[in-house]
Amino acid sequence: MTSLWSRLEPLLARVRKPARYIGCEDGAIVPQHGHGKVAWLLAYPDVYEVGLPNQGLQILYEILNERPDAVAERTYAPWVDLEALMRERGIPLFSVDSHRAAEDFDILAFNLSSELVFTNLLNMVDLAGVPVRAELRSPTDPIVMIGGHAAFNPEPMADFIDVAVLGEGEEVIGEITEVVREWKASGRTEGSRLAVLKALAQIPGVYVPSLYGVEYDGDHIREIKPLYASVPERVMKRTVSDLGDWDYPRNPLAPLTEVVHDRLAVEVFRGCTRGCRFCQAGMITRPVRERPAEQVRSMIVDGLQRTGYNEVSLTSLSTADFSGIESVISSIVPDPTACGAPTVSLPSLRVDAFTVGLAAKVAGGRRSGLTFAPEAGTWRLRTVINKLITEEDLYGAVESAFASGWSRAKLYFLTGLPTETDIDTQGIIDLAAGCVAVGKRHTGRANVTVSIGGFVPKSHTPFQWFGQNGVPELRRKIGLVRDAATKTKGVNVKWHDPAASLAEGLASRGDRRIGAVIERVWRDGGVFQEWSEYFNLDRWLDAMAAEGLSPDFYITRHREEKEILPWHHLSAGLHQDFLWQDWRASLNEFGLEDCRWTPCYDCGVCTGDGLEHIVASPIPPAGGSQGTGQDLSRGGITPVTLRSKSSVGAP
Amino acid sequence: MKIRVSYSKLGKIRFTGHRDVAHMWERSLRKAGIAVAMSVGFTPRPKMAFGLALPTGAESLIELIDITLDPASGVTADQLDSIADRLSTSLPVGMSVTGIRECAGTEVSLQEGVVATTWIMLVAEPDGGPGIASAVERVNSSTEVLLTRERKGEKHLDNIRPGILELRSADAELMSSLPADWIGESVGHAIVAVLTTSGRGIRPTELVEVLVPASDPPINPWDHLNRVLRINQWIERDGERVDVLTGRPAHTSVSA
Repeated sequence: MTSLWSRLEPLLARVRKPARYIGCEDGAIVPQHGHGKVAWLLAYPDVYEVGLPNQGLQILYEILNERPDAVAERTYAPWVDLEALMRERGIPLFSVDSHRAAEDFDILAFNLSSELVFTNLLNMVDLAGVPVRAELRSPTDPIVMIGGHAAFNPEPMADFIDVAVLGEGEEVIGEITEVVREWKASGRTEGSRLAVLKALAQIPGVYVPSLYGVEYDGDHIREIKPLYASVPERVMKRTVSDLGDWDYPRNPLAPLTEVVHDRLAVEVFRGCTRGCRFCQAGMITRPVRERPAEQVRSMIVDGLQRTGYNEVSLTSLSTADFSGIESVISSIVPDPTACGAPTVSLPSLRVDAFTVGLAAKVAGGRRSGLTFAPEAGTWRLRTVINKLITEEDLYGAVESAFASGWSRAKLYFLTGLPTETDIDTQGIIDLAAGCVAVGKRHTGRANVTVSIGGFVPKSHTPFQWFGQNGVPELRRKIGLVRDAATKTKGVNVKWHDPAASLAEGLASRGDRRIGAVIERVWRDGGVFQEWSEYFNLDRWLDAMAAEGLSPDFYITRHREEKEILPWHHLSAGLHQDFLWQDWRASLNEFGLEDCRWTPCYDCGVCTGDGLEHIVASPIPPAGGSQGTGQDLSRGGITPVTLRSKSSVGAP
Repeated sequence: MKIRVSYSKLGKIRFTGHRDVAHMWERSLRKAGIAVAMSVGFTPRPKMAFGLALPTGAESLIELIDITLDPASGVTADQLDSIADRLSTSLPVGMSVTGIRECAGTEVSLQEGVVATTWIMLVAEPDGGPGIASAVERVNSSTEVLLTRERKGEKHLDNIRPGILELRSADAELMSSLPADWIGESVGHAIVAVLTTSGRGIRPTELVEVLVPASDPPINPWDHLNRVLRINQWIERDGERVDVLTGRPAHTSVSA
């Protein structure tokens, strides 16, 4: 095992942003490889600037390196300029810590936070010199593993990965290490790969696709079943019961070059039960587990001292819901006007005046802009998606923001939601115009940016049965908003490319047959698909056509209750019954309250896994009505029938 | 108190850029617990003034930064050595403080004051054509050395010869005075160049372009420039070039 540094070094001055490849961050370890140690290469299949801040990867990096029987290094997708030079000179994928070749590691573990990075995974495996198809790997090849949110439907990647890990990694990586350590000790003999995969499949949360067979009945799946008696029929996700036991990262990585979230991040809680039906993260990370406020404080103080950052982001899926939020903020921001005091950033703000008060407290003198996510334009549609924000909540929040000195607000919306009509789409502009009117009472400069994304249904959510809107329909709706905005002063519109949403939809709910499509897209040069300059929908549609697969079947078709979905044998802990009932409730416009503070409706996560919420406050946070205390009696009057699909259409 | 700090930047960290280095300093000062005076306004910034940017990929024995300490911290001159130690500990691997002194408010800023810098460059011998040694001779015997450079999107043919203040092959004594691990496995013809930084200035990569034979498409200078190290920065005093830190005139020594 030797360093590739001397071969890389002459190339780096010739590529863009070479600091991506040098490692040397504050918090980086000096890897201690050794006989008998299991060597993990933790990979993020996007560029360094995007991957480095990833907290999951940082946490596992640290936990593994604390183990006497493991060593972990990191790697990120090389940008296309370096990749071309590497391929030209036969330099394989390398770690940034000690610049070791990827094939020198026992496990190549990818963190997948979105589906559009799937082709990058194939590219990195290939660049590592490892066969892209799992069936062609020998005992000397590393085990290719995936985890993260986009691993909850790993079926499109089934041909390329050896293992998918469902859920949180803190505990399971130790169990995996032990199995792989035994395999190494046994000499990784010919034919032993199947044995180690079978052993890994015994670990709860570990899914080995090659140990399961899928049978089809025409386009539909007839059955998914284990090929061996020892393999579990259903794989359940892993969840750590108490976040307070895992105060990681203790040595956060502070990069030497600019990255996307260039600040300290402290996770204040995991899981969210607001119950937004479109939100895969909220569904698959339940229950809510708050970190003790005192631990949050000490992680902030230690982290700032170790990294030298003067900004901390308190992360979670809805940070204003953290029970200790006010006390934590008060203790770290004694006087926001004081020079050198750390600034606090609160991502994912809840929509209400209380939250804006928090934002004003941490903003000090800065008033760059506040972002809210009502997600849908009318109360009716917000009950469908269970994002239970009233107009009063939104206007109260905006009023508070403009009164506190902000002059810009950004509103996030999804379009292409179930039951959405043009009334809902017009509602987007009405809400934005209402916000501008509120703002004009405070400042003549008041303006609102509306940001629209096309909705992509995800696995393990109540909307997993919903047929995604096609490109023409999404374009039409975005066009309606844009047209209306031109007649509305103070409202600007931004939108995401619906073509990319279509490819994301294909990968999100695809089955194993989509693997061939992903491989074609990759072989055709389709890497960095999250980067608009490298995305081309034609590549995906051409690949679908070449494989004889129908985009309509995979993307825009509504699914039936009895249909076996590709992730049928994988569980995020949610009862199928619960998801289906919540889907029907959605169509009947029934809202569902947040179970943190109201009785359990048995989604299955806590009862099935012996878990419970860990929430310090017995009552919902002050000022926020979202999901609690609402009048939810209005739904259920008119049963809704979903209209037939819209076609995928040309890009 | 305002202090002038010199530091080195060697090894892998040379692939970070000038802005990256500015952020490293901000974080390192905070890690070291050194209170820096802040600018006023909505987004207060620490009062730091950097010297000339070091090109990404180049190394240096002498980079410079002026830092205004927070007056409330009451730092005195005899504490400067301890500040230097704390900073060296806090800076990333590859960067360490090599000098520190109080800087009078009247001193000219680094950006304005520095007129030239000395570089050691390891240039790969081109395939075919005259070698680097003869190219050095050619430049020295010419009054005009033309190079096409881009300004505001337009190409201009510049005579860069007046900006090449000195150019010669490096002798063994100079090379042996450099940090032992500097050259590593890189090879090439070692040259010493004193290049102007006034006006447009001349970059080491631009010098390489005139030392190796022209080609079509144009060469990437980094294909030939194996390593490049800044060893001196010069200011002008009474019409003479003197070392920015020591005040020693140029003709006494060019070594670090």
